[in-house]
Amino acid sequence: MVNPVQRLGAASLRFVEELGRLTRFAGRIGAALLQRPLRFGRFVDELFKLGVLSLIIICLCGTAVGAVIGLQGYNTLIRFGAANSLGAVVGLSLIRELGPVLTALLVTGRAVSAATAEIGTMVVTEQLDGLRMMSVDPVHYVVTPKALAMIAVMPLLSTLFTLFGIFGGYVIGVRIMGLDAGTYMTSLQDAVDFENDVAGSLLKAVVFGILVGLIATYRGYNTAPTSAGVSSATTSTVVIASVSILVFDYFITALWGV
Amino acid sequence: MRRSSTRDLIVGLFVLAGLAAVAYLSLDVGGVSYTGPKGFLLIAKFDEIGGLKKRAPVVISGVKVGEVADIGLADDYRAKVTFTLDPTLKLPVDTTASIVTSGVLGDRYVSLQPGGDEQLLNPGDQIEFVESAVILERMIGKLIHNADVGGGKPNDSAAQ
Repeated sequence: MVNPVQRLGAASLRFVEELGRLTRFAGRIGAALLQRPLRFGRFVDELFKLGVLSLIIICLCGTAVGAVIGLQGYNTLIRFGAANSLGAVVGLSLIRELGPVLTALLVTGRAVSAATAEIGTMVVTEQLDGLRMMSVDPVHYVVTPKALAMIAVMPLLSTLFTLFGIFGGYVIGVRIMGLDAGTYMTSLQDAVDFENDVAGSLLKAVVFGILVGLIATYRGYNTAPTSAGVSSATTSTVVIASVSILVFDYFITALWGV
Repeated sequence: MRRSSTRDLIVGLFVLAGLAAVAYLSLDVGGVSYTGPKGFLLIAKFDEIGGLKKRAPVVISGVKVGEVADIGLADDYRAKVTFTLDPTLKLPVDTTASIVTSGVLGDRYVSLQPGGDEQLLNPGDQIEFVESAVILERMIGKLIHNADVGGGKPNDSAAQ
């Protein structure tokens, strides 16, 4: 006889416990950062997998999103006779919101899930135990380079996404709809401010990188050692990471107004 | 994992491309005032600046020559606006600064009208001749007020 209130209590406790474990895991990653030797080669490998291999999808999606905002924005703005501020609309929405958020979601789907699956498979095939037997700390050797690469890659990819989006909006607005190229760029440059917009965009990207890196490596590291365990770890990484990206996006915007 | 120098090179290029994108977005689009410290600073005090914002353009005959660097309140409760201008600009001391609006409801910007004096403004000087922003709502309010009160005696309200 478990009554619903009891069940709610148990679920809340489990959530807090999980949060505590996640925080301790973050602490272990932090401690591993100070440890020598620096795993720089592993970090570069992860940058390649997470960053370089995501470039095509980021550029493609950025251009497509920018083009769509250009089209939608143009059709809406023209009703108010304000088509000249298309650059501002495209630029601000990409820089403040869509660039960091969509990049984080895309990278989560494309590369972060793969990282979780990789760590999870290493758990299942007892490779992490093998590392421990050689007295190599798996958090130091496997987890930290991955988490760090996710944090480093996010602002770079997000900025590229934003620039390709601005380019996509330019193609639609200037080449197809016939706005003046100078007007587009001027309204963009006038509207965008470094402290409020660009710095906020970078802040968001870094926060999303930390979130995603932490969740992915934590879920992978704590995979149940079965093949079903790997699949559920990967699924929950994508779900939890996506939801927390959107929730944190709201709070960053609400608290710091970016 | 196999180490390869080609891969390292590709990663290096990726990081450089990312950093270049950040730099472009910050400097060109975001307008970090990289010419800021070298710019020519002038101050003007206005009774009313309307919706003038930082980074609003400063123009002479419609040509952009600088931007609003800072807006603050002066000791005498007037708005103190600081401009950064093109350092090559030579402005006479009787230059007028006015806050104008592009279009009816457009953005505020500052327009400078150089005078004819021989003496030039030095960096950090204050522009003495100013024209404050015109607040449309206040003007309409005054108009309605005048129409109500001074209906019988139009000369009275005009004299105010």
